Amino acid sequence: MINAKKFTVSHAPFWHDGSGISSRSYNTMIAALPAIIAGLLLYGMPALAVVCLSISSAMIWELLMNLATRRPISIGDGNAGVIGILLAMLLPAGTPWWIVITGTFFAVVIGKEIYGGIGSNPFNPVVVAIAILMVSWKNFFDFDQALLNYDLNFVMVYPLAALKHFGTSAIDGFTICDLLMGKQMGGIGSTFGLGIIIGGIYLIIRGIIRWEISVSFLAGIFITALLFNISDPARFAGPFFHMLTGYTLIGVFFLATEDSSSPVNFIPMLIYGAGAGVMTVLIRNIGIYIDGVIFAILVMNLLNPILDKIRPRAIGKVG
Amino acid sequence: MIKKSFIGLAKPRLMYETLESLLPEPQNIAIPEKVTLLLETDPALLSGGQGSIKEKDKVKTGQKLTLSEQNAEYVIATVTGTISSITPFVGNFGKQYVAISIATASDEEINDDFAKVAKKNSFNGIRDFLLSCPGGIPSPLFSDNRGNVKTLVVCGIDKDMLITTSQHMVKADMNSIKDGIDILKKATKAEKIIFVVPRHLQHEASAADASIKIIDLQYPSALPRMIMKDVLGQVVPAGRSCEDLGVFFISAEAAASIGTAFKNAVIPLNKKITVIKKDGTATVVSARIGTPLSNIFNALNINLNERDRIILGGPMTGSTVYSADHPVLPDTDAVIIQDSLAIPSVSDYPCINCGECIRMCPVNVPINMLVRLLEAGLYQEAADEYDLMACIDCGLCAYVCPAKIPIFQYIKLAKYELARLQIEEEA
Repeated sequence: MINAKKFTVSHAPFWHDGSGISSRSYNTMIAALPAIIAGLLLYGMPALAVVCLSISSAMIWELLMNLATRRPISIGDGNAGVIGILLAMLLPAGTPWWIVITGTFFAVVIGKEIYGGIGSNPFNPVVVAIAILMVSWKNFFDFDQALLNYDLNFVMVYPLAALKHFGTSAIDGFTICDLLMGKQMGGIGSTFGLGIIIGGIYLIIRGIIRWEISVSFLAGIFITALLFNISDPARFAGPFFHMLTGYTLIGVFFLATEDSSSPVNFIPMLIYGAGAGVMTVLIRNIGIYIDGVIFAILVMNLLNPILDKIRPRAIGKVG
Repeated sequence: MIKKSFIGLAKPRLMYETLESLLPEPQNIAIPEKVTLLLETDPALLSGGQGSIKEKDKVKTGQKLTLSEQNAEYVIATVTGTISSITPFVGNFGKQYVAISIATASDEEINDDFAKVAKKNSFNGIRDFLLSCPGGIPSPLFSDNRGNVKTLVVCGIDKDMLITTSQHMVKADMNSIKDGIDILKKATKAEKIIFVVPRHLQHEASAADASIKIIDLQYPSALPRMIMKDVLGQVVPAGRSCEDLGVFFISAEAAASIGTAFKNAVIPLNKKITVIKKDGTATVVSARIGTPLSNIFNALNINLNERDRIILGGPMTGSTVYSADHPVLPDTDAVIIQDSLAIPSVSDYPCINCGECIRMCPVNVPINMLVRLLEAGLYQEAADEYDLMACIDCGLCAYVCPAKIPIFQYIKLAKYELARLQIEEEA
């Protein structure tokens, strides 16, 4: 027996479909590219600096946490990279370097690593980070102020802020086509609606995000915004405006669909998505914040564990 | 190995292999110089030294080997020769066996004990001689509580993918299966006999005196609990077995063995095995039960390297062995050789809650929650709150897991531990 060959012995199944966490991460990055490239073309080098700094600092924070907690190095799974890329997409071009680094610290360390790393975070790390940044340094998230130095060939006001302060008359200048093509102010990767939608559909087709969440999120926004719009067209914008401005699309396809903080069963996914959509419009229309996507997703993340208890009965369950 | 398609939104469809055309005869493996038979019993019985068999005993082909008169468990010697060793052997999950090795003699002599009994009583004939026949017969079917057998399901399709042994039997030896079913009907007094086959074997199967049911070709529809649900319309409650509901499963090969045994008054000894080589090609071979696997590999010119994997059974539910000298068992329907480079890795990554397993699970077990409890060793809680016992052991969750968590292994371990605790409590 001593000279016998050694064989691999392990438990069934002996096949695997070849999917992996890193391929999911890399595909998410690919899906984010159209929107990011559009943002880079629009805002130039300052935007590129924010994106690069965000990705690299997120990965460094993860590495430092791996070393500090003496756990296996996990930056290879691409999750930190995804966090960095998504955070950069939400920031305005020209965000100071220290905000970016603080943001990735909040996302990777406070949002994810202290709970035990990937899969254990109760909230979407990116959303946690942006929420903290938005509350702490309001002025840097006032897009009208942050992008003051830019004069591009479209209306240089932040659509949601204009709506909030001046009502629907102020947003007449925005056509749906312009909004879809990214002719609006906003975060680096969150304005080119068409690109985000293409990326989102790619992720849905690849089976990386769950379509139920995205579809019900959009439906929630559409119905709520429509009801508000019907009740007072002078004050409240129509559903398409809400669907194409602010963080809506990136929230729908990239933020709300984060694996760990969203439900996996069918009915909970619908409630989760629709709830986030309704909350978004409620905050925008009658809340004090200009954009509600971030807080809506946070609240729904909080409800996720309870929602996910609604699940089909196991076949054969007793009692 | 079936990979995830580019369009990951669609659930992967894993299909059973089908045997459409008529096959060549199975390749016969020569009788080996030594066979090893595994007798499922407590090796503690060995220490008594009172055994009715001992080393250097001469045995004849077809002779019944038991450890002692009182012990009901037996194996049938598949060759004539001398017992060279009797040693304890531990299988998967601590299952205890006694391994009996027989050095083959040049002349084969047939023991005729079975022939005498077979004429008189088919029930006793099967119970006392055929439980370890090719295909294997579950012993509870022939325990003394007669009348408990409500339904007997004869499977003309193998439980796992890639294996075509049962389909081969239906195509090649339907007459014996038909005889076997008739004998089983009388012996077990089963109220109903159901013969499940894939659609393309419906015509062949219709010869049998049983109700023919067609089975879907998508895995895991041929697993016993899925057959219960889809074909019999009876859901097995969590924590109970099909046998508890009076439903017993035997393979088409076992039915054929019974048919042949009573027709010829000789115990069948050759097991049909689907051998799947590294390149994925399959060959059906016929080998004596107890033949070391290495003999089959040599006959088929299969070269094994370090860290390859030898799998008994299918890719989803089989088990690996650590030695190429492992013997062919009555229920070894397939042997798969996996190249070391083709072995997918497992990892200790945590669950990322992607929901792939939830979409795949045929019985709606909340695996994303279950696996968290299992990783923490909270087996009782897992059974109480997250439907551990409703699991049908198909392995699909681990197949699709992007974090490559060995979920199926966790589930099997949890079930094993719970069963062990239950036995301890009762004792």
